[in-house]
Amino acid sequence: MYPLLLVRYGELSLKGRNRKTFEDLLVTNMRARLADLPHGRITRTFGRIYLETKDNWADLAQRLQGVFGIVSVSPVLRRNLDVDHIKEGATLIIKDTPGHTFKVEARRPNKAFPLTSPELCNTLGGHLLQSFPHLTVDVHKPDFVVNVEIRQEGAFLYSRVIPCLGGLPAGSSGKGLLLLSGGIDSPVAGFLSMKRGVSLEGLHFYSYPFTSERSKAKVVELASLLAPYNVRGSLKLWIAYFTEIQKALQQTAYPTLSITLMRRFMMRIAARLAEREKAFALITGDSLGQVASQTMESIHVINAVTTTPVFRPLIGMDKQEIIDLAGKIGTYETSILPYEDCCTVFVPRNPATKPRLDQVLQAESELDVDALVSEALAKTELLVIS
Amino acid sequence: MRNEIYLDNSATTPVDEGVVQAMEPFWTIQYGNPSSPHTRGVAAENTLKSSRKQLGDLLQVNPAHLYFTASGTEANNMALQGVANTPYFLRQPGHIITTPIEHPSVLKVVGHLEERGWSVSYLDVDGFGRINPQQFAALVKPDTKIVSVMLVNNELGTIAPARELGTIIERENRERQHKIVFHVDAIQALGHIPFKIPELKAQLCSFSGHKIFGPKGIGLLYADRQTGLRPIMFGGGQEDGLRPGTENIPAIVGLTKAVQLVIDNFDANLQQLKELRQALVDGISTIPNSRINSPADGAPHLLNASFPGIRGEVLVHFLEQKRIFVAMGAACSSKKKGASHVLESIGLGQDQILSAIRFSLAPTITLDQIAYVVYSLKETVEEIRNIYM
Repeated sequence: MYPLLLVRYGELSLKGRNRKTFEDLLVTNMRARLADLPHGRITRTFGRIYLETKDNWADLAQRLQGVFGIVSVSPVLRRNLDVDHIKEGATLIIKDTPGHTFKVEARRPNKAFPLTSPELCNTLGGHLLQSFPHLTVDVHKPDFVVNVEIRQEGAFLYSRVIPCLGGLPAGSSGKGLLLLSGGIDSPVAGFLSMKRGVSLEGLHFYSYPFTSERSKAKVVELASLLAPYNVRGSLKLWIAYFTEIQKALQQTAYPTLSITLMRRFMMRIAARLAEREKAFALITGDSLGQVASQTMESIHVINAVTTTPVFRPLIGMDKQEIIDLAGKIGTYETSILPYEDCCTVFVPRNPATKPRLDQVLQAESELDVDALVSEALAKTELLVIS
Repeated sequence: MRNEIYLDNSATTPVDEGVVQAMEPFWTIQYGNPSSPHTRGVAAENTLKSSRKQLGDLLQVNPAHLYFTASGTEANNMALQGVANTPYFLRQPGHIITTPIEHPSVLKVVGHLEERGWSVSYLDVDGFGRINPQQFAALVKPDTKIVSVMLVNNELGTIAPARELGTIIERENRERQHKIVFHVDAIQALGHIPFKIPELKAQLCSFSGHKIFGPKGIGLLYADRQTGLRPIMFGGGQEDGLRPGTENIPAIVGLTKAVQLVIDNFDANLQQLKELRQALVDGISTIPNSRINSPADGAPHLLNASFPGIRGEVLVHFLEQKRIFVAMGAACSSKKKGASHVLESIGLGQDQILSAIRFSLAPTITLDQIAYVVYSLKETVEEIRNIYM
């Protein structure tokens, strides 16, 4: 029934001279997200985007609900510039919108139209009140608003407003490298980074044969669930060869520090890869105090290996909040598959919650840190997930 | 010869070449539905009849008491739920005796029946999963209606004294109007230990195709209709109304051929399996701090062993790099977190449970291969222990 979708974006319009770049990126991401659905042209006017539908506005709207940067969408009717046609359209709109109170809002960029905006509001309001006895007008807090825009190309009518994710278009804020485990948290951290415009790449640490091939398949699955939110709907996933480091860590004289040491190796590898890939930030799923490696003391010691900014979007979230969000994103079901990853196979009985940097440095002095990091990077493979 | 040593035959077996050949014509040439009135259908019906007849001869039972299912799990479900679905038991649930080390396709059904009002007794098992017939005799109560045991345990290879249980049940049944129904899960037993259904005195007995070099997707239930067994699925009336659904003729032919092969070659296979198992036992006993969890008198194709300090899963992945495939605990439990219910039931410590792996042999394996397995195992265990120390 609706030939058009009106796409609203929020903060983009504040971005001054960058606005065009941001809009281009949003449209690119939209096209990637809609690639397999039939649709018509995507056009831009007056700080809005219009998408032509092919009798499938609901499917398209649902897809756009997964594109960062879009605040809301509305299905739009189009009528000829004729009062009777506009009345008929408004009637259809009312039938398709739940609620008891309404108001009409009209805009008239096309001044050639004979009625002024207030006149049009009055005419339509009167017509609708007559046609639908159960409705009343409320200009302050209406259940819904019937919007009419009189433009050169015709009259555009809509009332439904479908809320979307908001945020900034993925890719508008630069590249970030997500440390992606098979757990619940890191995919959510990746999601929230993309929400603020990060162009995401993933890095997984693979410890086969200490973990199984299925644990890698699980991470690939998680990456494929995140990819649609990313720039152009695709995501680079780096699989770092971590086995030798795990073996080396099991030999250290400080078993309670093994998790801290392991995390420091992960950070080093991530920072080196980020530099190579021109990513300006690392992203982790840390939530303060959740486990031993996520106490402030641990984070401090782990972070000390790099000057690259580390984003921790979940730092203030409770586990349940993270789980709820993972459920909404759709990653939760995959995250809870029981395959071991390196974080579960190698957890010592009593990991240190307050590791000390001097001890950590002492433990690392027994290891050829640079050689281990270089080897892991050299054996890192790249998967492009889309 | 493929360049791998597959020691996970209790999870599933490769299909025997002879079985593949036997099935071949039934995909594209003799593809008929036995229920069809035309020649194609009649040919399929004849194949079905002759397969059933042949299986009856091989298993020494009345072929009319054999029902084809889609899996061993389905056969177990059909047996236990089928009895519990008789009108008498629907009104008045009774008492079940089973063991804590059954396959989930029995334990979960028993758990379900418990929710429906049945009471359940689990026989004690010793450190090797063995049950005691005297304890069983003492547990039999007037309202005991179903007994279910696994003839060969799928994780340990422990052989249940089913014949003795059958004798006790038969004696008990003489004075009863409502007989006790005896179900034997023989899925891991067929082809591995000598037994005959009539000697077990079981009214219900389950089998599966893909554990004996037959195809997947086919199981078999021997069921004495005197038990009053009811269907658990409803449909077109195939299999005497007990198991509806168009008969899977290729798989039925494959199962029949597979059963014939394991019975025809039983003595030679048994000899080979025993030698392989002994070589494996001898080899493992030279690995420090290792423990054989299977009983010495267990089934010849199965050996469960623990290597404390090493996760079974890690050992599985290290060995697979050497093209040796083994199972951790039991294949059915390894996708779940938490330990094997069987190994817990026999009182193993957490370290032994987490470090357990299962070797399940096939007669096609050679002693040379076992020597290589032992060598690799020893090397791997040492390597991993060095990493973790």
